[in-house]
This record gives sequence, C-alpha cells and structure tokens, in this order.
Amino acid sequence: MQVAADKTGVEAYGALTGRRAARILVLAALLAASAVVSLAVGSSSAGLRDTLRTGLDGVIFWELRVPRVLMGLLVGSGLAVGGAVTQAVLKNPLASPFTLGVASGAGFGAALGIVLAGAIAKWAVAGGAFGFALVTALFILGVARMKSATPETLVLAGVAIMFLFSAGTSLLQFLGTEQQIQAIVFWSFGNLSRASWTDILIAAGMILPALPLLFLRGWDLNLLLAGDEMAASLGVNVDRLRLAALLLAALMTAGAICFTGVIGFIGLVGPHLARMMVGGDHRFLLPASALSGALLVLVSDCLGRTLFAPHMIPIGIVTAFLGVPFFFALLIRRKREFW
Amino acid sequence: MLTARNISYDYPDRQVLRGVSLSLAPGEVLAVLGQNGAGKSTLLRCLAGALKPTGQVVLDGRPLQSVPPGERARLLAFVPQHVPTRLPMTVFEAVLLGRRPYLSWRPRPQDLEAAWEALSLLGLEELAQREFSEISGGQRQKVALARALAQESRLLVMDEPTSSLDLRHQLEVMTLLCAQAEERDTGVILAVHDLNLAARYASRALLLCSGRVLAEGAPDEVLTEALIREAYGVDVLRVQTGAGAMLFPLSAVGGRA
Repeated sequence: MQVAADKTGVEAYGALTGRRAARILVLAALLAASAVVSLAVGSSSAGLRDTLRTGLDGVIFWELRVPRVLMGLLVGSGLAVGGAVTQAVLKNPLASPFTLGVASGAGFGAALGIVLAGAIAKWAVAGGAFGFALVTALFILGVARMKSATPETLVLAGVAIMFLFSAGTSLLQFLGTEQQIQAIVFWSFGNLSRASWTDILIAAGMILPALPLLFLRGWDLNLLLAGDEMAASLGVNVDRLRLAALLLAALMTAGAICFTGVIGFIGLVGPHLARMMVGGDHRFLLPASALSGALLVLVSDCLGRTLFAPHMIPIGIVTAFLGVPFFFALLIRRKREFW
Repeated sequence: MLTARNISYDYPDRQVLRGVSLSLAPGEVLAVLGQNGAGKSTLLRCLAGALKPTGQVVLDGRPLQSVPPGERARLLAFVPQHVPTRLPMTVFEAVLLGRRPYLSWRPRPQDLEAAWEALSLLGLEELAQREFSEISGGQRQKVALARALAQESRLLVMDEPTSSLDLRHQLEVMTLLCAQAEERDTGVILAVHDLNLAARYASRALLLCSGRVLAEGAPDEVLTEALIREAYGVDVLRVQTGAGAMLFPLSAVGGRA
C-alpha cells in the first residue's frame, strides 16, 4: 500500500516535470519557426529561398535581417528573464523592469548618452542606459527593504520614478538639438531595424552571461517566494541573492533596450505567459520566459514589418497593441490562480 | 544538541530577550510558552539562526554562527510563524523545497521520496498535485510542517505550528512530532499558546515572561497556577484528569471575568 502510494506521488511529479520540459521544447520549436519566418519576410521582397538560391541579396540578408532576428532574440529573452527574476525577487507579480521604472531609467540614460556623446557613440548610449537602470534598480531595492514596503508601495514607487525619468527625458529633448531630439524620439519607439553587428555583440555581452547565472539559481528563487525567513533557514543567503539577481535583471534590461529602445510589455507578459505554460518553478520558468519573450518580440516584429508593408511599424508600438489584448485574453480565460 | 547560553536580543526600539539559557537533547520536545510579546518568536529565531543574539548558541558542538548555512539547514529545520498564503507551485513542489539543502538542480529519487513521505506523514497525499494557493490556511500550515520534515534535520524549531489547525489536526500534528522525537531522536522546540497541548505532549516546558525565563522543567512543574498567573496574568484552575493535568482559564487578573 505504502509502496504504491510512493509511486503515485513521485510519478505524478515526474510527469509534471516531463510536461514542462515538453512545453519548453514546443516553445523552442515555435521560436525557431518564427526566426525562420522573420528571416524570410521583410519590406524588401527578397524571400529566404531567393536569398539562399541566388545570393544576390546577401547584403540585405546578412546586414539587415540576420542582425534584426538576433537582436530580437536577445531583447525578448533579456526583457522576459529580467521580468521573471524581478517578480521573484520582489515577490510581486506586478513587477517588471517597466512597472518599476527601471526601463524608464534606462531610457533616460540612453537619451543622456545621445545628448552628451551623440547617437553614434554606442558605448555612451549603452553605458548611460545601464547606469541609470542600475541606479533605479538599487533605489527600488532600497524601498523594498524598508520594513513597511508592500508590493503596492513598490509599484507606486516605480510609477513615480517612471514619471521622474520621463520628465528628465523630456527636459533633454527640450534642451537638445533637432538631430538629438530625433534620435531620442526614434529610440523611444523601440525598433530592431538599426541593429548592427557591434550592437548585437554588446547586447549579447550584457544579456547572455546573466542567463546561466540566473538559471542555476532556480531553486533559490523558488525559495525566495516562500519567504525570506524560510529561504534563509534552508541555507539561502537572501540579501546577496536578491541584490545579485536584481543587478543582473537591470543589466539584462539595459542590454535589451539600450540599442533598440523601449519595447514595452515583454518584461511583464513574457514571464506570465511562461508561468501559465510551465508553472512557477524557476528552473523551468526562466528558460520558458526567455523563449516566450523572444517569441513575442519576433512575432511582433514580423507583423510590424508586414501588416502595413512597405511601411514598418516600430516594434515597441506593435508589442503594446498586440501584447495587451493577448494578455487580457489569457487573464480572463485562465482557470487557475498562477500566482 | 542545541544549547543557548545567556542570549539576549534587542530590536531597535525595545529589548525582547534577556539572558535566556536553555538546552535541548535529542528526542526531547520542548514547549516554549508565554503570553504575546513575551519573546517566544524572537527566541526561536535566535535558535534557528535567523537573528544574531548576544550570548552563545551552540549547535552540535559548534557556535551556530560559524556553521555554514547549507550545513545548518541539514541539521536544523525552522518553521516560521507566518506561512506564505500564495506560492505559484503545487503542494508537492512546496514540500520539495525542504530538500534544497541536499539538491543542486535536479531532485534525486531519494529527494522525491523524502518529500512524498513527509506529505504522507501529514496526510496530505490527496492535495499533492493541487496548487498551493488554492488550499486552506490549515492545510498550508501542514504543508509548511511537511516541508520541514522533508528537510530530514535532527532538530525542528517551530513557531506555533498548530495555530491554524482544528482540534483533530492539532492532536495529529502533536502526536506526529512526538513520534518523530521518539523514533528518530529528533529534537523539537515549539512555541505554543495552548497550554493543555503543551502539558500533554511536551517532555519539557520553558515559560517566558518579558523576555526572561520564568520557569523551566517538566510541564507539570512549569504549568502551575501561580506561574501561569505571573506569566499570563490569568487565574486558572488546574484539574488532574485521566489524560494528565488540565488547565481551565477562570478570569484575567485585574480584569473582568
């Protein structure tokens, strides 16, 4: 009797993790398919088959489409994993680099970089974005550590910071030259089309190293959700984990948006979408978030390029227009509480 | 196994523990008693390593603060007073969290079996695949206990582990804890409000009053009418029954009955 019972419980968990792994594979397959489609479609009529067959449009393919798709993969995974980690660290399903003002901080930093060093100075733009993302993340962390800080307090603080930094960005636009204003405004739309190979290398350097570091802390992030005291009693260095995870999330967010601009909503929707598919275990949730975030970005970008071709709609606009209704549909249709 | 020598702890605005000493041997069940604010939770947190008191806490022959957190987690399991109400995972996964000190990434078969055994001990098999956020408060408290049992530690430190449970489940949990102490030589320290529960199940009791140890010893020696009056400000009637001494609260001292 006891042996039989043992089997059911353990087997059920095995089946659960198997289902999760299978869903991650499905996400990966969808992502691969959308990457191929992204390479094949565009405002230029050069299809993938044409490109591969003739090699005529090699320049368009290698200098425009491949970087665009790679940047989309990086940005989507960076924002979504950053969002999932922020939600865990602050124990707040509303948290994301956007709702906490980290993205606005990065936007202000990028604008400052554009004004001070010019839009060509990629390092200044990226550095500014990262610096201010970091400052904002640390500030939010400070607020979170205050004893009375509830999830509501954090989101309120984030909204306040968002207003502060958008005012700062407006001030920079007010003071800047016409060229600078144009660069800042264009940046704020969110756009993958300007991605160069250098941009990709820098963004990859900011996003990719953080992924395995966070993936390996899956258990500890799970424990954080159960409460600081419980996590600490199970051997987790809570303060260090929270600080490191939030810094990595800020780095990823900055890396994701410093060249492409504000691509809204992925940081919030990506993790929730992943959570609905694979549950709350961060060992599965983080990889699933990376995949679902990247998928959302690529699909949005494809639609933005083709819906009103030959006009391209910046991806920041498409993700919001598509992501919000999609997210509401999921929220309304869901059968269980996911958080 | 666990010894505290003259420990004190201050919060920024008030002193909570003053010179508390105690010791716990394997297989003992120690009930920590005292009214609200007497320092029970603070004492347990100090013993579990969540707070750093002045004085000395010795775990397994070593100062508690010098035991690495991962190793400490294999020796001592702590159940805080407040159990989270929402966790985005199933009940089984919540219990499996207790295996963290033994895990790197993938749970081994023995981890899954330990989690399942802990669930079965608390009679939670039916709930294993339910979402943690959907079960009742009493069930969540039992899940927290199962998580601690899954930790397979030699010491259990529990802050009011029966506070959300109904009568039947209180008795079941206390019986289970005593069985753990007896069969596995686990040392158990728990804060409780129900004096009768303490009198019946604990092998020793420690009565706190304003952060000091008012009395310590066998439950029968500690739970006297005079000491309870001093610690809780309540007059009680103590009656010897077939199931041991029972305490009946009569009236608050200086208040209206």
